[in-house]
Amino acid sequence: MKVIVPVKRVVDYNVKVRVKSDGSGVDIANVKMSMNPFDEIAMEEAVRLKEKGVATEVIAVSCGVAQCQETLRTAMAIGADRGILVETTEELQPLAVAKLLKALVDKEQPGLVILGKQAIDDDANQTGQMLAALADLPQGTFASKVEVGGDKVKVTREVDGGLETVELSLPAVVTTDLRLNEPRYVTLPNIMKAKKKPLETLKPADLGVDVTPRLKTLKVAEPAGRKAGVKVPDVATLVDKLKNEAKVI
Amino acid sequence: MTVLVIAEHDNQTIKGATLNTVTAAAQLGADVHVLVAGHNAGAAAQAAAQIAGVAKVLHADAEGFAHGLAENVAAQVLAVAEGYSHLLFPATASGKNVAPRVAAKLDVAQISDITKVVSGDTFERPIYAGNAMATVQSADAKKVITVRTTGFDAAGQGGSAAVETVAAVAASGQSAYVGSEIAKSDRPELTAAKIIVSGGRALGSAEKFNEVMTPLADKLGAAIGASRAAVDAGYAPNDLQVGQTGKIVAPQLYVACGISGAIQHLAGMKDSKVIVAINKDPEAPIFQVADYGLEADLFQAVPELVAKL
Repeated sequence: MKVIVPVKRVVDYNVKVRVKSDGSGVDIANVKMSMNPFDEIAMEEAVRLKEKGVATEVIAVSCGVAQCQETLRTAMAIGADRGILVETTEELQPLAVAKLLKALVDKEQPGLVILGKQAIDDDANQTGQMLAALADLPQGTFASKVEVGGDKVKVTREVDGGLETVELSLPAVVTTDLRLNEPRYVTLPNIMKAKKKPLETLKPADLGVDVTPRLKTLKVAEPAGRKAGVKVPDVATLVDKLKNEAKVI
Repeated sequence: MTVLVIAEHDNQTIKGATLNTVTAAAQLGADVHVLVAGHNAGAAAQAAAQIAGVAKVLHADAEGFAHGLAENVAAQVLAVAEGYSHLLFPATASGKNVAPRVAAKLDVAQISDITKVVSGDTFERPIYAGNAMATVQSADAKKVITVRTTGFDAAGQGGSAAVETVAAVAASGQSAYVGSEIAKSDRPELTAAKIIVSGGRALGSAEKFNEVMTPLADKLGAAIGASRAAVDAGYAPNDLQVGQTGKIVAPQLYVACGISGAIQHLAGMKDSKVIVAINKDPEAPIFQVADYGLEADLFQAVPELVAKL
């Protein structure tokens, strides 16, 4: 069974982004870009499925600018067998990405698509579910455990009150939560090997998908600031402040 | 114009997040209807009818909705979606699971996690873990929205809406509920609690986490939260995680114990009314958002706090 893992190039999670002074967006010029952390977990899970003999081929897909090639090389260093870049300079919103992925699912016929549950830039948490809907596939979102058996996959999900397990018929879409696994460190020999793996580049038009954004960002602003308060010297003062100043207890 | 709120419920009662979503819906200036898709969920439908500001409740009942499977619930929403200008879901694990399926099938963009209604097509939402607020406008005919509950007050009681039974769609058969491990607790729910005490990696072990945090929570009648570091280390279960990708909370009082304050954690709690930080590292970023900071060893300070409250 083939496994497709979409990977997104995002501002590194350690970078604190700055809002541009003209309010048009956040400043991402010259900031470190990395693979979305949830996608790294998705890639790791797919590679583990291959190592267990469940998956036969792992395909990494990235949609976006030419530099997404770097993200795909990282994915291949983790263990993807090949990469597909859907290249465009258009701003890609989740619905557009889901449509591109749907076209690739039709073409590649994977048994599983494993995605990160959300990207840490737009925090949308949509693409996996949208792909599942467009491809008429069942979904197991926010996964903390994935067990493939026969033509089914059992997914343990992180839900608001704890954990929930669902069983899906394959093919299916899974989105990863933080506790699914701990991605491996990429080693130098694997980075070298990844450079030789096949990477195919397509355009959205090749897949017959219109990626025009549906949402227009009117402005981006700094959030309402929160100023630091006071330091209190001891517990007694803290209790006094909470009772008599903040009046919250 | 009429808008539809998709209720989160346990077939008996309506979950609190639904009430905040109704408030967001009411701000659109239209009639608010609520869909309760459940199994033997008559009680939940009746409860929805009593939410202030709700004009009508649609009740779809079938076994396939018992556990809120996304495939089935999304199909039900689509079956009743015609005639509604906006479909609003709470931005909870279940709302986030279902809403994008509905949006994709309608071929419209979803607007996630709104914190403010600017107009019928324009909304404010946080991006980059809340480090920036985007104002976005949708050009789609129908808007599919998830609502960040901390951005809106809970709707009150006192409504008397009619409950209309609607035909239930057939289950997809592609997915099945197997089971769940839901923590039973007498404490208030994390996202609805007035006071939250939250522990970080500095607690050092699951035993210490319980030993130190539980008495404080008991004393304050508080919910317990945790940082991602504490959850990853196994000190606390996943459903306690507060942060960008965990729960977003805004209680009256948030007490962070041994939490350094990574931006991902701050994203989940910085809208709290009063923040207290107890940390022995004077440089911890949590102090930059805390109203009251106590630079101290939590293993001494927290028990002392319990004693003095």
